[in-house]
Amino acid sequence: MRHLSAGRLIAILVILLPVVALLSMTVGTVSISWMDTLHAVFGNSSNTQIDTILFEIRLPRILLAIFVGSVLATTGAVMQGLFRNPLADPSLIGVSSGASVGASLMIVTAGGFIQGGALVGLSLVSVGAFIGGFTATLLVYRLATSGVGTSVTTMLLAGIAIGALAGALNSLLSYFSDNDMLRQISLWQMGNLSGASWLKVTIMGLVAMLLMGLFPRDSKALNALLLGESEARHLGVNVQRVKRRLIVLTALGVGVSVAVAGLVGFVGLIMPHIIRLMIGPDHRWLIPASGLAGAILLVVADSLARVVVIPAELPTGILTAILGAPFFVALLLQQRKDV
Amino acid sequence: MTMLVCDISLHLSGFDLLRHISLEVKAGKVTAIVGPNGAGKSSLLKVLTGDMSPTKGDVYLNNRLLNQWPLLEKAQMLAVLPQHTLLNFPFTADEVVGLGRIPHQTGIAKDTQIIAEALELVDASYLQRRFYTQMSGGEKQRVQLARVLAQIWQPSRFGEQFLVLDEPTSAFDLSHQKLTLDIVRQLAQKGVGVVMVLHDLNLAARCADNLVVIDSGVIAAQGSPEEVLTEPLIDRVFGVKSIIAEHPITKRPLVIT
Repeated sequence: MRHLSAGRLIAILVILLPVVALLSMTVGTVSISWMDTLHAVFGNSSNTQIDTILFEIRLPRILLAIFVGSVLATTGAVMQGLFRNPLADPSLIGVSSGASVGASLMIVTAGGFIQGGALVGLSLVSVGAFIGGFTATLLVYRLATSGVGTSVTTMLLAGIAIGALAGALNSLLSYFSDNDMLRQISLWQMGNLSGASWLKVTIMGLVAMLLMGLFPRDSKALNALLLGESEARHLGVNVQRVKRRLIVLTALGVGVSVAVAGLVGFVGLIMPHIIRLMIGPDHRWLIPASGLAGAILLVVADSLARVVVIPAELPTGILTAILGAPFFVALLLQQRKDV
Repeated sequence: MTMLVCDISLHLSGFDLLRHISLEVKAGKVTAIVGPNGAGKSSLLKVLTGDMSPTKGDVYLNNRLLNQWPLLEKAQMLAVLPQHTLLNFPFTADEVVGLGRIPHQTGIAKDTQIIAEALELVDASYLQRRFYTQMSGGEKQRVQLARVLAQIWQPSRFGEQFLVLDEPTSAFDLSHQKLTLDIVRQLAQKGVGVVMVLHDLNLAARCADNLVVIDSGVIAAQGSPEEVLTEPLIDRVFGVKSIIAEHPITKRPLVIT
């Protein structure tokens, strides 16, 4: 039995997200009270220092967490549906490993001027990550597509092959880098939201809107695909077109997420899984609920990342796993009890 | 209005799976396909439903080439139940049957009613809220049957409807085998053309209007069960000595081996 209806869960998450976001505004190296935060948010604050902290540092960071979290979780849900495998995640199609190589390559080759070097306000590392991630996905997709369509199995295998190759390239780059570069590479791979800027928020926000606008169209097709590709075709789904559209959107979404926030693990794999355990696999509800829950998880994780080791900060990716894993285990245990 | 298979051949990686097969599936009739393992029954179904394109020949659905129908319109006329459906996600029976309503825009209320009726018809109402992943093989197959029934529950405005079943009774006990054949007969009476692959010759003899025997990729015989089921044919195709008797009640042929 499911304990929660989809509508109720989504309602709870919709209420929870702004509360969590507001709470997150108050925490950090400088603690700002609830009242001051509310005053500032509703535009009648006199304290410019607080305004600067809230609107130039924290707000972009929280918005970035919301967009990245929702994109990672929804693309995870979509990939699990497309691959008919509840353990799939966006990294399966090569986007994360490709992005890793792109970022490492930029860190190692651009080395010295990494801080200064920038393309229209985005760091070279971000640009490298996006290009790497997108290229790897296209490569995997090309390898798996023949005259008769895209084979999901071949795609999985091609993803593993490209992932292995990318891993080797990454190791090679690490081998030739100095201590400082090594630290930068490994920090990037942990995922971090501390580099948030309004430019990144805008780009990420546009991508998130695009995905949220287009994914619902294919929810029913994804449901049908869970039965199998031939079954979906007999239900009137244009399988090849749906596959191509979802893979391109996922590559775009994850590519941009990785570019602005590094490799934030766990959200894409586990969040849809947790939601599925609660409300079932119907993508019409699974995708929006995963998006909301992913956003909440990342906002909470990032808030903790800012405060647990004050005055320093932890990379966000570490916190997402520390927070999400025990919750997931608890759900699994509860499900075992129900059976 | 019919489904028409015109002189099709299918070659796959150097093998002739099907050779010069012509077949007419009439709306309102039950066509059963029988034959030994590996004879090409499933390949024929795949060609018939458009899962595979024939190397030569054409398949027509209601006087139009099968692959020229828009996918959604085709899905309202032709439902297909595969032998096995691998579904690893915890949908409830309700939700699985609801997938059969994807090609339609009849609204939630109507769909809910059809889903309940389809589950009732296959004796699976008690499964409504149970998880598909926790059902037995026979229960899963009944839910899948309800799904394809829900898909062609109401007549389509695009043409006659057809239901293709690949060994629908293989996972069923006696009572559900009979239930399935009863459902198939009812559908035929409503005007649906049914094609099914069966292994049990007596089940086929009991419910088929047209019996097609396939052997090594060609049609060995086709016609009414009385015409087709003869002792020499069963010996030739299956390599089994048999006696053909008459069923005391249905008067259909009864194969005794």
